[in-house]
Amino acid sequence: MFTKRAATVALLATVALAGCSSSGGSTEGSTDAADAGACAPSGGNVTLQFTSWIPGIEDVVKLWNDKNPDIQVKVQTGPSGNAGTYQNLFNQLKAGNAPDLGQIEYDALPNFRVQDGLEDLAACKDVVAAKDKFVDWTWGQVTLGTDSSVYGVPQDSGPMALFYRSDLFKKNDIPVPTTWAEYKEAAKKIRALGGYITNFSQSDINQFAGFVWQAGGQWFANDGSDWTVDMTTGASKEVADYWQDLIAEDLVSTYPAWTDEWNNAYNSSKVWTWNSAVWGANSIASGAPDTSGKWSVALAPQWNAGDKAAGNWGGSSIAVLKGSKHLYESAKFALWLNTSDEALTALNKAANIYPATKAGLDLPVLKEGVEFYGGQPIYDVFAQASGEVNPDFVWGPTMTQTYADVSDGFKSAASGKGTLLEALTSGQQSTIDTMKAQSIPVKG
Amino acid sequence: MSVATAERTAASSTRPRATGVRESLLSRTGAMLVMGIFTVYFLIPIWWLVVASTKSSGEFLSSNPLWFADMDLVGNLKALFQYRDGLYLQWLGNSVLYAGVGSFLATLIAGMCGYALAKYRFPGRELLFNVVLGGVLVPATALALPLFLLFSKVHLTNTYWAVFLPSIVSPFGVYLGRVFAAASVPDELLEASRIDGAGEIRTFFTVSVRLMMPALVTVFLFQFVAIWNNFFLPLIMLRSEKLFPVTFGLYTWNSQLNQFPELRTFVLVGALVSIVPLVVTFLLLQRFWRTGLGTGSLK
Repeated sequence: MFTKRAATVALLATVALAGCSSSGGSTEGSTDAADAGACAPSGGNVTLQFTSWIPGIEDVVKLWNDKNPDIQVKVQTGPSGNAGTYQNLFNQLKAGNAPDLGQIEYDALPNFRVQDGLEDLAACKDVVAAKDKFVDWTWGQVTLGTDSSVYGVPQDSGPMALFYRSDLFKKNDIPVPTTWAEYKEAAKKIRALGGYITNFSQSDINQFAGFVWQAGGQWFANDGSDWTVDMTTGASKEVADYWQDLIAEDLVSTYPAWTDEWNNAYNSSKVWTWNSAVWGANSIASGAPDTSGKWSVALAPQWNAGDKAAGNWGGSSIAVLKGSKHLYESAKFALWLNTSDEALTALNKAANIYPATKAGLDLPVLKEGVEFYGGQPIYDVFAQASGEVNPDFVWGPTMTQTYADVSDGFKSAASGKGTLLEALTSGQQSTIDTMKAQSIPVKG
Repeated sequence: MSVATAERTAASSTRPRATGVRESLLSRTGAMLVMGIFTVYFLIPIWWLVVASTKSSGEFLSSNPLWFADMDLVGNLKALFQYRDGLYLQWLGNSVLYAGVGSFLATLIAGMCGYALAKYRFPGRELLFNVVLGGVLVPATALALPLFLLFSKVHLTNTYWAVFLPSIVSPFGVYLGRVFAAASVPDELLEASRIDGAGEIRTFFTVSVRLMMPALVTVFLFQFVAIWNNFFLPLIMLRSEKLFPVTFGLYTWNSQLNQFPELRTFVLVGALVSIVPLVVTFLLLQRFWRTGLGTGSLK
């Protein structure tokens, strides 16, 4: 009896697979496109499915559900994006039961776009009108470099600044670096004292991208039809050479990031600074509890003295996934979630979400001094940094693969085999190969 | 969790050696040494987990990882059980449900199939058996995505059934059941009960099941551990955290550590608590299991 059942299941499975692949074809696609053109209320009661991995998001959504009996939102959850949720969303898109809304990080949005997984929100007037509420560069992250399309509503951002041990800098009479040249000088002095100025992460390629972003570099561009990939010239080369020198001269440590070893290096005062995003404030506080009160935050070191450029590391948007029948209601919810004071305050309370709106940066909770940082109101620094992030930076459509390949190269470079620039060169080539393999039009 | 399994099997297989033929001092010392090293090797991660679970998140990073600092296991447990209204306990309950009921039904079905394949003659029997054997070779992971698309068609994704239904299928159990039924249930006994007027079903449940018990316990244990540790299927099927089994739930927390470091203690303590039911199951059933493996190997 078991075997008969197994055979039936196997048979059904093939049928289902065949059914899916044919239904993904042109017939359904065209009707979807027709529906998507309109952004009108569906009428009647609507239930939206919303996928997010933020712990405690249910409490925030409850605020909405209590006030909007006709538009109820149900939360689906899972591991963080690259740890499984993106793959799940792609599976659901394939099966035709994707949720209406999904949390998608900025660097994954182009991937969903090229796989035709997103609804264009440009049809929704309210979304287009909300543009000015958001910090300029976050809007660039959801339009994906186009003029007329909007593929999501920005949720949070990760402007970068310099976390540093103010007590150690002061005690050893080393000035806090304001340029990358000064940063290297300070690194030498700190090395002479037996410490490291910072740890170079071999796995956080998006952090490195943040450095390139700050330096005015661009890894990807899309002229409307073709992609170009350039990770090895201009600012990318300058940044890679700079960090390569620091590694070669043993001025930075190369512990694997996010491990206990890495935490311990900070906790034991062996490493003095971290170039990180606003959400990193929490990571240090929990990873290096013994150093409480001894940290401060300053604007990131600059390539040209007197500049105020900042990079960005992380941040997500809320996108409406292809096939949603409730574009209007989804957009309405996404706007509430990411622009209303009520939701932004609740998000910050639940999960330290740092808002992407201009008004959100002035939330009362983001004006307070933070004990771990000696009472410094650190979010003022990040708010300033947020205003200085280059709005034109574009992510590529295969970032998971790009990160993995560059990270392999960075690991070799950190152990003395090859250089960061070589890692970027091979990462660029494999990115182009991957895009070609997925039939994504790319030059080179 | 698999460490616990390995450690158990190692322990149970060492027993016959101690009571068996006396070997030379040298080879005994050598064997003890190898086993000692492996025992330490398997136990250190568990020891680390036990120690780490007793520490506050601050002490966890700054103190010796293999020795206690501030004993706060109770406080950590309390925090874990209270976090998000006892979400963790719900996961634990789900795991017990998936693994307990799932492996019970899997054992029943596999036992009946194996028995039928061993004791009844019907056309296509060998073909069926070979198909089942083929099923043993297909990893469950490879079936997860097709199952997801299949379940999507019938709107069963993100329900208990999505994890439960695939879990009650155990080709290996059928295989073991057949081999064991052929060896341990004598045809004469079946004929005797037929002559006494017992129907086939009654014969199976009153006579054969008892004779097959060691094999059934083995199947149950294998399946219990397999379902308990099954991670990929829930990852693909489930979206609502109220349905998560404990392994997958811990994974979702662990994947968020970068941005939500306060979850670290919960992941550690949660991992420790999650191996307890496995250990208990093994302790309760290992007696059956050991005789089962032994009997099987002698026949």
